[in-house]
Amino acid sequence: MKPRHKRLLLIVGALAVLGIATALVLNAFRSNLVFFYTPTQIANGEVPKNTAFRIGGLVKAGSLTRDGITSSFVVTDTAKDVTVTYSGILPDLFREGRGMVAQGKLGNDGQFVATEVLAKHDENYMPPEVKDAVNQAQKAAKTLKP
Amino acid sequence: MNHSLVNWFKFASPASFYPLVGRLIPFFATAAAILTIAGLWVGLVVAPTDAQQGEGYRIIFVHVPASWMSMFIYCVMAFWAALGLAFNTRLSGMMTSALAPTGALFAFLSLWTGALWGKPMWGAWWVWDARLTSQLILFFLYLGFIALQAAIDDPRRADKAGAILALVGVINVPIIYFSVQWWNTLHQGASVSMTKAPSMAHTMLLGMLLMALAFWAYTIAVALMRVRCIILERELTSGWVKKNAME
Repeated sequence: MKPRHKRLLLIVGALAVLGIATALVLNAFRSNLVFFYTPTQIANGEVPKNTAFRIGGLVKAGSLTRDGITSSFVVTDTAKDVTVTYSGILPDLFREGRGMVAQGKLGNDGQFVATEVLAKHDENYMPPEVKDAVNQAQKAAKTLKP
Repeated sequence: MNHSLVNWFKFASPASFYPLVGRLIPFFATAAAILTIAGLWVGLVVAPTDAQQGEGYRIIFVHVPASWMSMFIYCVMAFWAALGLAFNTRLSGMMTSALAPTGALFAFLSLWTGALWGKPMWGAWWVWDARLTSQLILFFLYLGFIALQAAIDDPRRADKAGAILALVGVINVPIIYFSVQWWNTLHQGASVSMTKAPSMAHTMLLGMLLMALAFWAYTIAVALMRVRCIILERELTSGWVKKNAME
């Protein structure tokens, strides 16, 4: 084996070891790297008590009510729901039926009091005409269902 | 050895690499200019408005190609670093250091354009989610690489130290890429990937790909220009530089 082959092998070996070590560390940190918790995780009691955390999910259609700058809405992951109250200006992309992430604390009454609300965008980019067509197709599909 | 094939190892020597690169630069520079104009025209004029984000989405024509480029350049740097460590070629180290400033530029552009988009769309300039944080680490890795190389006077030792940093840091690239799949992040998932059909309108995709190609051509042109300067700097005492390059 030539010296340069030995060096190449050493580099590959070192990178493999480093990669495995990183994978193990990331795996150990898995829960701390989560940016937000889902309503199901909250219902299962997986969130830290009495500390601020983030909740993420879809804004339930028809649940948004405003009173001045205070707004209240229901966040759902389609399985469980959590009511969120927030006083402040909601971001542009905040819509019913769309994703959002809110930071705050869970009150004793099960309501989430948010201090910050962020809109989460999805990976779909389409012109308005296509969006209308998609919406109509979805409506048509819904009405066809028994 | 089969003499009908191009002997690639010939170009591992700075003396023969220097003139070859000199001929390639104008081609890539022209390609970069044409592709940038075409990409911006498709992106800003032809591509339709996004249904939800309005005109603000057009930042993707810079943001996404810049992010791709920042990750890809780091991989290329790691490739040259490994080659340099294993085969002890002088040119590898020069290529690694020639690429670093452009990589840092694209990492910075990616973070900056992302912040500009994030404020109106998400409602925050910056959040500490896995995608944004790992991309910030990539930017710091580029800065660290440049600083480390600049701190060591002997170029061969600087190359070695830089190569090790480049190789260790390359672990971060898959973390950036897959962060949106592995963890709940605020950053959306990939719109364009190798495993599924792109989830965006065709003209938007075309504009983004044109800009990506433009950034490729720009990176190649600028890195080659920079490597020519590095070659001249380091080979100043050798005969061929005095004979050819100084004319």
